[in-house]
Amino acid sequence: MDLKVNTMRNYAVIAPQGRLTAVGAPSLRKALNHLLEQGNVRIVVDLSETAFIDSSGLGALIGGLKAARLAQGDLRIAAPTPAVSSVLKLTNLDKVLRAYPSAETAYHGG
Amino acid sequence: MTRRMIIIRILAVLAVLTGVNYVTWRWLESVNWEAWWIAVPLIVAETFSLIDTFLFAATMWKSKEREGPKSAPEGTVDVLITTYNEPIEMVMKTASAAQKITYPHQTWILDDGNRSEMADAAKQAGIGYITRSQDWKNKPRHAKAGNLNNALFQTDGEFLLILDADQVPDPLILHRTLGYFADDPKVALVQTPQWFVNVDEADPLGSQAPLFYGPIQQGKDGWNAAFFCGSNAVLRRDALMQLGIVGYVHDVQESTRRTLRAAEKLLGREAKRHRDVPELSEELRQLHALTADALADFRRGEPAAEVVYRVQEAAKAASRRLLENDLATMYADLESLGHVPVQRDEVLGAVVIDQASLDALTAQEHSPLGAVESVMALLEQLRVDRPDEAQPVQPLATISITEDMATAMQLHSMGWRSVYHHEILARGLAPEDLNTMLKQRLRWAQGTLQVMLRDNPLVKKGLSAGQRLMYFGTMWSYLAGFAALAYMAAPILYLMLGVMPVNAWSVEFFARFLPYFLINQVLFIYVARGMRTWRGQQYSLALFPLWIKACWTTFANVVLGKPLGFVVTRKDGKAEGGVPWREIWPQLTVMVLLVISLIIGVTRVMLGTLDGTGTLINTVWVIYILIALSVIIQAARYRGPAAALENPEGDSWISK
Repeated sequence: MDLKVNTMRNYAVIAPQGRLTAVGAPSLRKALNHLLEQGNVRIVVDLSETAFIDSSGLGALIGGLKAARLAQGDLRIAAPTPAVSSVLKLTNLDKVLRAYPSAETAYHGG
Repeated sequence: MTRRMIIIRILAVLAVLTGVNYVTWRWLESVNWEAWWIAVPLIVAETFSLIDTFLFAATMWKSKEREGPKSAPEGTVDVLITTYNEPIEMVMKTASAAQKITYPHQTWILDDGNRSEMADAAKQAGIGYITRSQDWKNKPRHAKAGNLNNALFQTDGEFLLILDADQVPDPLILHRTLGYFADDPKVALVQTPQWFVNVDEADPLGSQAPLFYGPIQQGKDGWNAAFFCGSNAVLRRDALMQLGIVGYVHDVQESTRRTLRAAEKLLGREAKRHRDVPELSEELRQLHALTADALADFRRGEPAAEVVYRVQEAAKAASRRLLENDLATMYADLESLGHVPVQRDEVLGAVVIDQASLDALTAQEHSPLGAVESVMALLEQLRVDRPDEAQPVQPLATISITEDMATAMQLHSMGWRSVYHHEILARGLAPEDLNTMLKQRLRWAQGTLQVMLRDNPLVKKGLSAGQRLMYFGTMWSYLAGFAALAYMAAPILYLMLGVMPVNAWSVEFFARFLPYFLINQVLFIYVARGMRTWRGQQYSLALFPLWIKACWTTFANVVLGKPLGFVVTRKDGKAEGGVPWREIWPQLTVMVLLVISLIIGVTRVMLGTLDGTGTLINTVWVIYILIALSVIIQAARYRGPAAALENPEGDSWISK
């Protein structure tokens, strides 16, 4: 799994590419914490190039959500692939996190 | 179907049919209602035993003897050795053996005792060492489940072999078990037996559980309900993490609903109460409307994180406005109350709050600051990060002090499958004295009963009928203590006082009871295949005070919220003191009463004041109970296993 990080004007985008599993989860966690430490507390995880996610990957997202909220920011997810969407649905995580259509729209509402 | 299975099924059907025949007759024809105070407890106990027979028969019905996995082992593995206070040498012995497991893996020591000597020893041996992260500070630790959950976020193997500190693994343990996960992608758990090396032939503490790690687990396996027993098991990480995610979502949904509802109510009330402070009242009214909208959206299925975020942002903005714009109003208000707990810090220029005075002020009915304070405190609870827990995601279940059963049941309810692999692949240490053994059994019983009360398998969503029965059967067996009371009281009352719990000791009694009793015994003996199961039978009766204690302490814990008094079982099997008289006096008292009642009974028959047949039945009955209870005396005198263990490799009860 590769991570693409992009810092925009009022939010930052992390895009995991490939399979986000137990093996990739620690590096996602690290990248999220790094952004938070730099003061980028509004984060979008762009899942448009994430071919697959397992429960460990979801665990990293939840860990990131906690860290971001504690830093007075937020973590939002965007553009999940069908494979990722089905895992979100299976675990009911879609009842907690809204999947925005794209990274650009994630913070439109504020 | 094998010949063995056919015989087992015939015996199982006969055992249940003869049992129903006997117990129905007992209820309808033979209860002596004049002595109902003992007659009814006795027939209820007999009914309990009939249900037990049924559950045992159901367990044996689909018994599964696996040949081993078909696929080759594959996947990455972490071997996790859990320890709290066991001697370093013991942990290192297990860890070194774990390093020598031939399948590629990473070995970790999970030291909940956070001992520097343990860390040093691990480092020297090149073994991974994990302790609780900072997140756990001042949070519930959840014992072994917490220790494992903490480690799950610091490791990344697809599979996890879990070992207690004393369970020395065989080098082939992963080769023999991993293939099951490749055979079936829905398999989440492979459990292997627990076998103890420090137990001699006599096994006075009944530590070896050949019936459980054998026919019973194989029977449960047939219903896809093989139990997780906490150690010597391999688990699929993804399945555990999925439990953690689902649990997280459930918890967040619950707390969001609860908190939004409470906030809506409180905001409405406070807005009304502070009509005389218009600025405040207006803010509260707006927040109230917003919260009501949020609650409605949430109920319609809007994601919790977003709803919570929206309310939080609005609340933050409102409190900022109140602090900035209306500070003057509040000052005036507060000064009228005599003391100002809020001051401008001259150096920082920030608002400083004197907590003690603030608390006093919040208690004041009409304090505007109190209103803001209580609203904010409540909205503070509106979180999606589970602030009351160290980790938002908790893969291993924490609803019980025995995390294993609760976790397995959760896995089963989500459609995962389990495997029991009947081959000794780790060898451990059992308690070596009665005291430690009693504590361990109490803990198991309490843990199981906690699960029954908190997450009853009979009504839990997602379980199959067979799985419900298998889980319920284990829980049911812990109610045996109450039945034992009736079984012991009835013959004592008869022999001493001539109180008849039944109408008559008739031919019909024998005709109905004996077939039931004998077929039951035959089924049991046939299933056990010559294993030593007598210890288990003895203890299921002899530990009656412990089972009863487990029932009421767990009830008090789950229903009334009283603490259980958690005990960690010592793994080095060393005695912690002498004979636990406080724990075994009930058994000793009953034994004395039984002997006295025997003497009185025989005397009365000779004097002609007691019926011969009745006395014979009761005498046999009393002697059986005495022999069963006598194990307690043996156990209390026990001082560890004989120096030379006859068969430390323990293949005696393995069928292969």
